[in-house]
Amino acid sequence: MKILVPVKRVVDANVKIRVKADGTGVDLANVKMAMNPFCEIAVEEALRIKEAGGASEVIVVSVGGEKSSETLRTGLAMGADRGILVKTDAARIEPLAVAKLLKAVIGNEKPDLVILGKQAIDDDSNQTGQMLAALLGWPQATFASKLVLADGSAEVTREIDGGAETLRLKLPAVVTTDLRLNEPRYASLPNIMKAKKKPLDETSPEALGVDITPRLEVLKIDEPAKRGAGIKVGSAAELVGKLREAGVI
Amino acid sequence: MATLLLAEHDDKSLNEATARALTAALELGAPVDILVAGLASRPAAEAAATLAGVGKVLLADDEALAHRRAEPVAALILSLAADYDAIVAPATSSGKNVLPRVAALLDVMQLSDITRIVAPDTFERPIYAGNAIETVRSRDATKVITVRIAAFPPAPSGGAASIETVAATDDIHLSAFVGADLSVSERPELSSARVIVSGGRALGSAEKFAEVITPLADSLKAAIGASRAAVDAGYAGNDLQVGQTGKVVAPELYVAVGISGAIQHLAGMKDSKVIVAINKDPEAPIFQVADFGLVDDLFTAVPALVEALKP
Ligand SMILES: Cc1cc2nc3c(=O)[nH]c(=O)nc-3n(C[C@H](O)[C@H](O)[C@H](O)COP(=O)(O)OP(=O)(O)OC[C@H]3O[C@@H](n4cnc5c(N)ncnc54)[C@H](O)[C@@H]3O)c2cc1C
Ligand SMILES: Nc1ncnc2c1ncn2[C@@H]1O[C@H](COP(=O)(O)O)[C@@H](O)[C@H]1O
Repeated sequence: MKILVPVKRVVDANVKIRVKADGTGVDLANVKMAMNPFCEIAVEEALRIKEAGGASEVIVVSVGGEKSSETLRTGLAMGADRGILVKTDAARIEPLAVAKLLKAVIGNEKPDLVILGKQAIDDDSNQTGQMLAALLGWPQATFASKLVLADGSAEVTREIDGGAETLRLKLPAVVTTDLRLNEPRYASLPNIMKAKKKPLDETSPEALGVDITPRLEVLKIDEPAKRGAGIKVGSAAELVGKLREAGVI
Repeated sequence: MATLLLAEHDDKSLNEATARALTAALELGAPVDILVAGLASRPAAEAAATLAGVGKVLLADDEALAHRRAEPVAALILSLAADYDAIVAPATSSGKNVLPRVAALLDVMQLSDITRIVAPDTFERPIYAGNAIETVRSRDATKVITVRIAAFPPAPSGGAASIETVAATDDIHLSAFVGADLSVSERPELSSARVIVSGGRALGSAEKFAEVITPLADSLKAAIGASRAAVDAGYAGNDLQVGQTGKVVAPELYVAVGISGAIQHLAGMKDSKVIVAINKDPEAPIFQVADFGLVDDLFTAVPALVEALKP
């Protein structure tokens, strides 16, 4: 049993990004980057399955520029066995293109389970896993908060509006992670050193035969409307007065 | 041509998210049909037919569609797609689950979580937890769109659309529904509530959360929300999480109690009309978006507020 985990390099979750004044994008110069938090959770889940004897190999895959190999090394340092970089210098790679590239990689690797993050915290698309499942004709369970493997199937509890539901999927399948699935580990120093020697292969959209031309044209990127400055009130009674004036109670 | 809107419902009733997404769908300028997929879901279809501006309601009632698993619902939408040049769903957990599957099968890029329609092919959507707004134009023949429901008002009722039944496609049984654990509450639903009271990590325990937040929510007839820290610590259910990765809300009044105001939390509530923050730290970032800030210990301030609200 092989598990494949796609991981994305994104702006660190704690960074407050700045929009460029000319509307052309977000200023990423000298900004701290990290593995997308939902992808960390996906790697962690795959490793736990392997450590419990449920899988023999965990492969991390990233689509992006040279720097995405750092994100793969992070996955290897957490404990993944090998990495695949689908290298491209394209400025924007949309979820549909990523899903097609992943499908091509999966054609070669033949994993039984693919675990992705539910959402990349830069584009906030929440699409790639569902698209990949569709292109492969596989079942999907998004927003997973619990994953249990059995013979030839996976039982997944998913977070939905109003609570949770559990699905049983026939393997091979696609699962996307929600925050409460697990608490990802930190890579230890010895494991970071060891990760440097783990295999990291490189391929490209051309080699995989996938057209990654964007379908969406970004016309501009603006800063959101700012809220006017508020006031501090001195007491609960004063607050109630203000809320009455504002007409909200 | 026309737009197909996937209804959010629980078979017995129609969720307000449908009427909100309908407002966005109508802005595309073409006639809108609503698809109600489920089992024994005629009541939801009848409710959809009363929304103003609906062309017709398509009712797909089938065992395979019970619980609205992604694979059969996507297959159903795909079987209808040829008649539509836009396919729209509210960005609820079920819309987000199904629609990208449809987009991929149609070989188009989905427009996720749109907040404004600039033109029928051009949309605004938040990225980076709402810290940037991107305007994108789609070059695809079919537009596949999920709509941020807090960004659009519900379409009014007053329609009387016809209901047509459509057949589900064959279920290929790749997945099966095992069970659900749904929270039951008498309170207004988070996504449609006029007032929301949310609690954070500062509440300290599930007992304190209930003891402090509930009376305030009661006196304001409010829905209850929570920060991720409060949900993770088990003070509140996961379906109450407000934020980038929880629910995005925009009520008339949002009261944040003992919440610091992390980027990811602000992403879910900063478009509320009036924001109140109660926090003992005057430097807490939540005060940067609050219209009215009360710097105080919540364990005394909230009971005092409940008292002050008494008629
Ligand atoms: C990928 C990712 C996604 C995330 N998604 C979300 C999301 O959707 N929603 C979300 O909320 N968070 C999300 N987070 C988490 C977010 O970054 C914060 O950690 C979280 O919002 C903090 O919750 P909090 O404000 O309750 O806790 P804290 O940040 O610990 O704040 C507690 C506040 O309570 C105040 N306080 C303490 N005691 C008292 C008292 N007695 N009286 C009054 N005030 C008091 C403190 O001054 C402090 O400001 C996400 C994080 C990541 C990495
Ligand atoms: N460039 C990428 N490389 C590898 N995985 C990706 C990439 N983009 C998206 N993914 C995967 O898809 C998930 C959801 O991303 P998105 O659909 O963009 O919100 C991420 O958490 C990753 O697991």
